[in-house]
Amino acid sequence: MSLLVSDLSFSYGSKTALDGVSFSVGRGQFAALLGPNGAGKSTLFSLLTRLFVTQGGAISIARHDLAAAPLAAMADLGVVFQQTTLDLDLTVRQNLRYFAALHGMSGRDADQRIDAALHRLGMAERAGEKARGLNGGHRRRTEIARALLHKPKVLLLDEPTVGLDAPTRAGLTQHIHDLCAETGVTVLWATHLTDEVRDTDQVILLHRGRVLADGRCGDLRGDRPLPAYFAQMTGATV
Amino acid sequence: MRHALIAMRAIVLREALRFVHQRERFIAALVRPLVWLLVFAAGFRAALGLSISPPYQTYITYETYIVPGLCGMILLFNGMQSSLSLVYDREMGSMRLLLTAPLSRAWLLFSKLLGSTIISILQVYAFLFVAWLFDITLPGWGYLAVLPALVLGGLMLGALGLALSSFIKQLENFAGVMNFVIFPMFFLSSALYPLWKMAESSELLHDICASNPFTHAVELIRFALYVEVNGMALVWTTLATAVFMALAVWGYDPARGMMTRKG
Repeated sequence: MSLLVSDLSFSYGSKTALDGVSFSVGRGQFAALLGPNGAGKSTLFSLLTRLFVTQGGAISIARHDLAAAPLAAMADLGVVFQQTTLDLDLTVRQNLRYFAALHGMSGRDADQRIDAALHRLGMAERAGEKARGLNGGHRRRTEIARALLHKPKVLLLDEPTVGLDAPTRAGLTQHIHDLCAETGVTVLWATHLTDEVRDTDQVILLHRGRVLADGRCGDLRGDRPLPAYFAQMTGATV
Repeated sequence: MRHALIAMRAIVLREALRFVHQRERFIAALVRPLVWLLVFAAGFRAALGLSISPPYQTYITYETYIVPGLCGMILLFNGMQSSLSLVYDREMGSMRLLLTAPLSRAWLLFSKLLGSTIISILQVYAFLFVAWLFDITLPGWGYLAVLPALVLGGLMLGALGLALSSFIKQLENFAGVMNFVIFPMFFLSSALYPLWKMAESSELLHDICASNPFTHAVELIRFALYVEVNGMALVWTTLATAVFMALAVWGYDPARGMMTRKG
């Protein structure tokens, strides 16, 4: 399993945010972490990216235990945060170069990877533009290109389509699905929007810090549309 | 090791690029000490009588006396400014990007600190150059000898900023840092008046000033500018740097979960 989460618990003081969360995602699988606001998705992402340390349970990324071998695990992890993390005063290429260097890549090797990643995301001709001048969709593409530079085995995206218009959202969702199929990267895509999930995707339904359901989307929803299933399980409307 | 050095270079370079993009920050950093030097010092020259005390061999003007203190002021404000930018970075998320790099957190923080210290030192030299234009000159070798003192002082104050930034949750709280850290540190030091002068008015204030790490950073710079080493100041500044750095690493320890708010 590329991503393995076992019996994860976390609380802020007396408030429990995650309670015995377990799931696994296989290689090349697109998994949607679906949950209403406040379900614990952000806490889970903070734990997966080691901004928090687990209080109970374990996380394994590409077979590296996050607590025992954090640097090896982080080297195999690509992250697209919910907030933009681009330096707006730098160009797209400068942003990517900075990230490449944080992962130990420099010179021609870094430039080749940057060119390839930008080309893949259709951003090649914008390499010299400042991030500030990009629209929301292009900023996101830049961040995804950046997250793929070091060829991670697992890619985490925390509500990456927030604030984007419908066609851009659909384009990004399609792109990440293609990426899974073509490169074998494992994707965990946090969202509260059911239209971003396909029947063949794995769905991990998180609600009030617990996993309510985990399985193939088509199997879980049965004959019902996904929003109806989601509403029935969580009591939340989409 | 190669990976760590590549990352360090990139972090330092990013700090430099950010600085270049904020021209008004550079001007503010230069104007502030110059106002003190050219206006405040001129006014106080008559009021304050300075006797000869090491490292000075002759009577000196008040302008000459406060030059090391103003070098320290640049390091102090810059150290705090970079901590402000860290809080901003954290709110903007780019600190997350840095901290998810597969390198030890202490190394990443140290690289950030080194970057901001280099920027501070460039500003100090720009200030010393302008002071020289106004005929406030120092021994020629002093300009070189002061470099290690500026590095250590810059690292100390940068580490303090880093440590503070890990404990400040929001940008708004930064005004408190101005009032409760920067001003007391600056005024309760030997930057503007010699400590023996302070002792004349209050023994207690003198003792507080004498235990202020900023005083020792300023004295280290003062002696270095005259190509001398103040051993006591060196020990104090080194110790304070180690303590502040340890605090910063502790503050950014993921186990303490200071990095994110509830999600």
